[in-house]
Amino acid sequence: MEIMGILSFLVSFAIMASIYAIFALGLNVQWGYTGLLNFGIAGFFAIGAYTSALVTTPLPTGPLADYVRQAIGLNQPFLVGVIAAAIVCGILAALIGLLTLRLRAGYLAICTIGIAESIRIFFNNEPWLANGPQGLVGLPQPLRHLVPPAYYNFLYLGIVLAFLLLIYFALERGIRSPWGRVLRAIREDEVMADADGKNIFLFKLQALVVGAMIMGVAGALYAHFTAAIQPGLFTPMFGTFIIWTMLTVGGTGNNKGAILGAFLVWALWSWSTYFILKVVPPGLETRAPFIRYILIGLVLVIVLLRRPRGIIGEERYVSKF
Amino acid sequence: MQILKVENVISGYGAMEVLHGISIEVEKGKIVSVIGPNGAGKTTLLNTIFGILRPRKGKILFKGEDISGFPPQRLVRMGIGYVPQQPDNIFPTLTVDENLEMGGFILNEDLRPRKEQVYELFPDIADRRRSRAGDLSGGMRQMLAIGRALMLEPELLLLDEPSTGLAPSLVDALFERIKMLNERGMSILLVEQNAYQALELSDWAYVLEGGEKKAEGAAKDLLEDKEIGRLYLGRR
Amino acid sequence: MPSLIVSGIILGSILTLGTIGLTLIWGVLDLFNCAHGDQMTIGAYIALATVALFSRMGILQGRVGPFSFSWGLLVAFIPAMVISAILAILIDQWCYKPLRERGIPMIVGFIISIGVAFLLRGMVYVIWGADYYFYSKGVRPTITGLPLGITLRTDEIFIMVVAWGLLALIYLFIMKTKMGKALRAMADNPTLAGITGIDTERMTIWVWAIAGALIAVAGILWGIEAQLRPEMGWLFLLPLFAAVILGGQGSFTGALVGSMILGIVQQVSTAWLLPTYKPAVAFMVMVLTLLLRPQGIFGRR
Repeated sequence: MEIMGILSFLVSFAIMASIYAIFALGLNVQWGYTGLLNFGIAGFFAIGAYTSALVTTPLPTGPLADYVRQAIGLNQPFLVGVIAAAIVCGILAALIGLLTLRLRAGYLAICTIGIAESIRIFFNNEPWLANGPQGLVGLPQPLRHLVPPAYYNFLYLGIVLAFLLLIYFALERGIRSPWGRVLRAIREDEVMADADGKNIFLFKLQALVVGAMIMGVAGALYAHFTAAIQPGLFTPMFGTFIIWTMLTVGGTGNNKGAILGAFLVWALWSWSTYFILKVVPPGLETRAPFIRYILIGLVLVIVLLRRPRGIIGEERYVSKF
Repeated sequence: MQILKVENVISGYGAMEVLHGISIEVEKGKIVSVIGPNGAGKTTLLNTIFGILRPRKGKILFKGEDISGFPPQRLVRMGIGYVPQQPDNIFPTLTVDENLEMGGFILNEDLRPRKEQVYELFPDIADRRRSRAGDLSGGMRQMLAIGRALMLEPELLLLDEPSTGLAPSLVDALFERIKMLNERGMSILLVEQNAYQALELSDWAYVLEGGEKKAEGAAKDLLEDKEIGRLYLGRR
Repeated sequence: MPSLIVSGIILGSILTLGTIGLTLIWGVLDLFNCAHGDQMTIGAYIALATVALFSRMGILQGRVGPFSFSWGLLVAFIPAMVISAILAILIDQWCYKPLRERGIPMIVGFIISIGVAFLLRGMVYVIWGADYYFYSKGVRPTITGLPLGITLRTDEIFIMVVAWGLLALIYLFIMKTKMGKALRAMADNPTLAGITGIDTERMTIWVWAIAGALIAVAGILWGIEAQLRPEMGWLFLLPLFAAVILGGQGSFTGALVGSMILGIVQQVSTAWLLPTYKPAVAFMVMVLTLLLRPQGIFGRR
C-alpha cells in the first residue's frame, strides 16, 4: 500500500501540473506568441471553473436550497460544461480585447488585473450567483462510475492528459500556419507586421480569445478535479502569477516550455511547503506557506533577469514563406 | 578645419541597417545641409552623430577627436548641440523660461545672461517666457527648441528638420535666425525635407537616399543642377 | 453622505502620496510599478517594528496629545522613509536598471515588478504573519459636533496635516528647485532630458528615493487610519493605478486630482455598494478613463 500512497500523490501532482500546463499553453498564445499581457488569468480561471460548475450541476431543490444558492443549474454533462467554460471565457476575452487592445500594452495588463479582482469580489459578495464565499461543492466528476473511488484520480489524469495533448498538438499546428506566422510577426515588430496590410487588431483579438478559451477549459478541469470551488481560490498568486512564472521559467513562446515550466514550478510550489515545514521553528507553521510567495517571486525575477528566454527558450519555427 | 567628419558610418535600429556607409564633413563656420526624401536616414544620421545610436562601423570625429558612440550627455559638454524634430523637442509642461533653464542645466552659473541672449535672438518667445511651452504655436516652439540648445553656446549645432510643420513665412524667419547664428561663428549641420530653402541657406550640401550618399557639392551648384532639381526639389 | 466625502478626501490625500511616486516612475522610466502597493506595506510595517522596538526599550511610549498613537510612531516615520527610499533604489538598481542598460522594453520590468510585489508581501507574511496589527491599542478619540453630522477622528486631522504638508514640500521642490524642474522635464520628455545633458541615472535614483519615502508615509498614515495587514498595499494598487491613469502619465497635478477623485468616488460608492467592492469601483473608473480619455485628464500626447 506504500506504493499506492506514493502513486496517488504523484497522480494528484500530475493532474494539477497538467491543468496548469494547459493554462500555460493558453498564456503562451497570448503572451508567448502575440505579446499580449494578460495578468488576469485568475479571472478566466474563475469564470471557467464557475461556468462549468453552474452548467453541470442542477439547481438546488428541497432542503438543499436553504444552504446553497445558484443563479443557474443546467445539469448538463461534463463535456458541455467544459465547452461552455471555453465559450464564456472567449466572450469575456473578446470584451476585454475590444476595450483595451487599441491602447498601449500596459493598459491591457492593468485592466486584466482589475477584471480578475472584480470577478473574485463579485462572486464572493453575490451569494445568489454561486453561493458566495462558501462556493459550490459536490461538482460532478465525469465517468465516476467506471472505476472504484480509490482509483478515480488515475482516470481523471487520463482525461486531463487527453485535453492537454489535444490542445498542445492543435497549437503546434496552429503556430506553423499562416495565422500563427502573423501572430509571431506581431510580437516581433508590430510596425513591420502592419506593413503587410493585415488587420493587427483582429489578430490580437483572436489570440486573446483563443488563449482565454484554453484557460476556460483548464478552469473547468480544475473544478471537476477538486469537485469544490470557492472565490477565495482564485487569488492573484495562485491563479495568475504562478502561471506567469511557469511560462517564463519553461520558455516563453515555446509550447513544450510551457508544459515543462508548469511541472517544474508546480513541483517547487507543492513540495516546498513540505521541506519548509521541516525546518521552520515550531509555532510558525502557519507562515510556512507564505515562504512560497518569496520563492516564486524570486524565481520569476531571477529568471527574467538572467535567462529571460526560460529553460528551453523560444523555438525557431520553420515556416514556409 | 573640419569641425565634424563622419567616416563611412553604418548604423541602424535593431535588425535594420539604415545607413550603409555614409561619409560627410562639416567645415568650421559653414552651414551644411543633408537633404533627401523620407526614410533616407537623415534623422538616423543625426542620431548616430549625437550618440543616441552607436555606429556599427565607421568613425565620427569632432574637431579631430574620435567621438564615435559617445553618449549625448558627454557631447553636450564638448560643444555639440542637438535640436530634435518637432513635436518632441521641448518640455511641454515647463514654461519657456524653465525650458531654457533645462538647456543650461549642466552649468553652475547664473543663467540669466544666456537666457537674455536667446531672448534677443528670438524676441517672439521673450514675450511668452512664463507661458507653458506646450501652449506655444509651432513656430515659437521651434524657436524655443533651438534656444534651449543655444544655452550651452555650442560650436556645432545639429538641427533635425527645423522647418517641419511651419508656414513658409515662418520658415524664412527661422532660417534667417540660423544664418545669424552662423555669422556669429557657429557651424551648423542641418537635415531637411524642405530641400529648396535648405540649399538656399547652406554653403555645402549632401543628398541622402536609401541610406546612401547620392550627391554632394556646393549648395548653389546643387540648386542649379537640373537632375537634382528634378529628383529632389520637385522641379520638372 | 458628507461623512463619506470627508473620508474620501482623507483617502484621496493618502493616495496622492502614492500616485506622485507612481506617476513620476511611469513618466520618467515608462514603468508601471506593480510593487508600489507592497512597498507601501513594507513602509507601514517598518514603522510597526520601530514602534515595537521602542516598546521593548521602554521609551517614547507616551501618547501624542489628542491622537491615538505614541511618540514612538512619530519618530518611526524617519526610519520607515529612509529604509523605504533605500529599498526602492536598490530594487531599481538590481531589477530595472539592467533592463535599461540592455535596452529591454519596460514591459519586462512590469512583469518583474509583480514578482517583486509578491517577494515583498511574502516577507511581510513570513516575518509578521497574516494577522492584523495596529499601531496602538486603545482609544481613538473623535471630534463630534461638527456640521453636517460629520465625525472626525483626531488622527485624521494629523493624517491630513502630514499628507498635505508633504505635498506642499514636494510642490515647492518640483516647482522651485533646479532638481525638481529637471524631474519635471524628465517626466515630460525623458529622451530630450537625456539630450540636454541631464544625468538621467542620477535623476532616476532621486525618483525612486522620493517615491519610496512618500509611499512609506502613505503606508503609515493608512495604518493609522485603518489597520496593518499584509494585503494592505496590494489592495491599494488598483486605486493607485486608476488614479494615475485618470490623472495622466507623468503629471503631478494629475496625480493629485486623480487621487482625490478616486478617493471620493470609492468612499461614496459605499453608500450603495459593499466596501469590499472598492477595488472594483476603482477599476470601473479606470475603464471609463480608458474608454473616454485614455491619456487621462492632464496626460501628454
